[in-house]
Amino acid sequence: MTEQRTQPIMSGIGLKQYYQVSQGFMKPKGTVKALDGIDFSVEAGKTLAVVGESGCGKSTLARLLTMIERPTTGELNFDGTNLLTLDRETARELRQRIQIIFQNPYGSLNPRKKVGTILEEPLVINTKLSKEERKEKAISLLQKVGLKPEHYDRYPHMFSGGQRQRIAIARGLMMNPKVVVADEPVSALDVSVQAQVLNLMMDLQKELGLAYVFISHDLSVVEHIADKVLVMYLGKVVEYGSTEQIFGTPQHPYTRALLSSTPRIDPEHRIEKIRLQGELPSPLNPPSGCAFHGRCEFANDRCRVETPQLIAREGAASVACFGVDEGRLPYLSARVG
Amino acid sequence: MTNDKKLLSVNNLSVTFGTGDNPFTAVDRISYDVDAGEVLGIVGESGSGKSVSSLALMGLIDFPGKVRADSLTFEHTNLIGLSENARRKITGDEIAMIFQDPMTSLNPSFTVGNQIMEAIEVHQGGSKKERRAKAIDLLQQVGIPAPESRIDSYPHQLSGGMSQRVMIAMAIACDPKLLIADEPTTALDVTIQAQIIELLLKLQREKNMGLILITHDLALVAEAADRVVVMYAGQIVETGPANEIFKAPRHPYTQALMNSLPESAEGHDRLKALPGVVPGALDRPQGCLLNPRCPYATDRCRVEEPGYYGPEGRQSKCFYPLDDNGRPTQ
Repeated sequence: MTEQRTQPIMSGIGLKQYYQVSQGFMKPKGTVKALDGIDFSVEAGKTLAVVGESGCGKSTLARLLTMIERPTTGELNFDGTNLLTLDRETARELRQRIQIIFQNPYGSLNPRKKVGTILEEPLVINTKLSKEERKEKAISLLQKVGLKPEHYDRYPHMFSGGQRQRIAIARGLMMNPKVVVADEPVSALDVSVQAQVLNLMMDLQKELGLAYVFISHDLSVVEHIADKVLVMYLGKVVEYGSTEQIFGTPQHPYTRALLSSTPRIDPEHRIEKIRLQGELPSPLNPPSGCAFHGRCEFANDRCRVETPQLIAREGAASVACFGVDEGRLPYLSARVG
Repeated sequence: MTNDKKLLSVNNLSVTFGTGDNPFTAVDRISYDVDAGEVLGIVGESGSGKSVSSLALMGLIDFPGKVRADSLTFEHTNLIGLSENARRKITGDEIAMIFQDPMTSLNPSFTVGNQIMEAIEVHQGGSKKERRAKAIDLLQQVGIPAPESRIDSYPHQLSGGMSQRVMIAMAIACDPKLLIADEPTTALDVTIQAQIIELLLKLQREKNMGLILITHDLALVAEAADRVVVMYAGQIVETGPANEIFKAPRHPYTQALMNSLPESAEGHDRLKALPGVVPGALDRPQGCLLNPRCPYATDRCRVEEPGYYGPEGRQSKCFYPLDDNGRPTQ
């Protein structure tokens, strides 16, 4: 097991996704760089969290990982093979091992189908199991996610939000995946139910050795569940490191701002608020240099012209920031006391 | 406890929906006060009645909803029993409200200036030029850059954060004494949420407004509110000063909510989740509404509805309020 842990089950190198968008009649097409060179890796049994605000490219990344879309360029490795160079048949085979859970369990389950039908659909498409075998598998997964066998014959509207998310998780596990991409899986749920679903996800991870790519904007959830954190801003990675590094000694000004903007119940967990001016710039017309410079209080002339690269550091998180390189950011510890 | 600062006093407010023998009680006999210059946080999960109770305050509950209250006193005026017209003079002018989703609260067919000027026209009048100047001034106050040109923008040209700022500008157009913000930042990103909350608190201090902040986010309330009301299934279960409630909750539900937050967990431990879900319209239990989910429930809780215990201003609806160590008292 220890060897497996060091070997990533899934990794991406230089992933880019550009979209051509119309800017109006007779005008040249614009290019939106939804993802602009993303590197990441996730190991079996571990959780990689992707955080950032709307429009930063989190969900585009989820679509690439699950092969709903093909990236413009880049390399996407799963279990040692590059998914982007495979022929259709092998790719189809492998993509069964990567499943996705969506944010809104009210929209992601077909209201006209019974829970059993929803769960068995991936088996009908991808396997040659008999009807009885499919039902047996569906019921065993229902029980695994904390539902009862009699729920097999019910419709989604008969369940609460938390139960529906459990059904969505069960559906994601039908094909015995190795990687589960969870796109904001608990943000539509109430706090007390959110805790139940997070516990379930962590139990399943332990039991099945799943790797999670956990996309979320809620940093307190991320701190709890993640092993590694990828902070994104406008299609680029600004900071990438272990949960301890990101939450203990955040370096990039944007990571610091995100952390300080997250409300905390315990006054001892609060840190001085960093006020970010303005909002996320348009990805259609990104600022020159560092994309964050317009909102950053530490930006200087170099930040406005040159684009910082993500630089790995010994024993610390990788950061894309000239201020950190040049050591001109004040020291900041996220945890007070 | 009577004081001159008391702005709003809600006394036994109930809202029921549906007719016949078994109407659904969305809000069940709630009472609270708001002082001038005070931030009151109302927290609860979905279905706890927090939004419905504020809609009832604003007189926005339509048939078949029924609003009942012993009194809804705003600055010595009982809103219950006022004529529709008299009430309208108060709500919208002296009591204003901001809703959750700024994108759907604004009318997409009119410019934001037009919509702000409409609010000013209804309550204050003035020439078109004066109203436009006032609208620009308001946009300035809520921190919108280049308000002279932004005033002619349509809502679709604004981001979520900007739209919410416009909603706030509209709400403070008539210098309200009480502002009700219903999940004002739920649809926004976290850095924008911080900006909007800071703006609301700044305006609240400058104008010495009362502010009711309704949200499901305990941590947000812990940071922003002076006093907190915790609601569960239509009832108030606990009230008290924010720092006291979050330091030593008296009601098991408040404690459970706090425990279920990832912030409260050590490392990768399991979260202390509250089992079950908020009871719906048809499955409200007898006795204390929390009893099927409460770890401390006794036979008495399953039969008898608890009253409010504890000192004035720090009450909880539980037979066995928790002590400072989080254990139930006998």
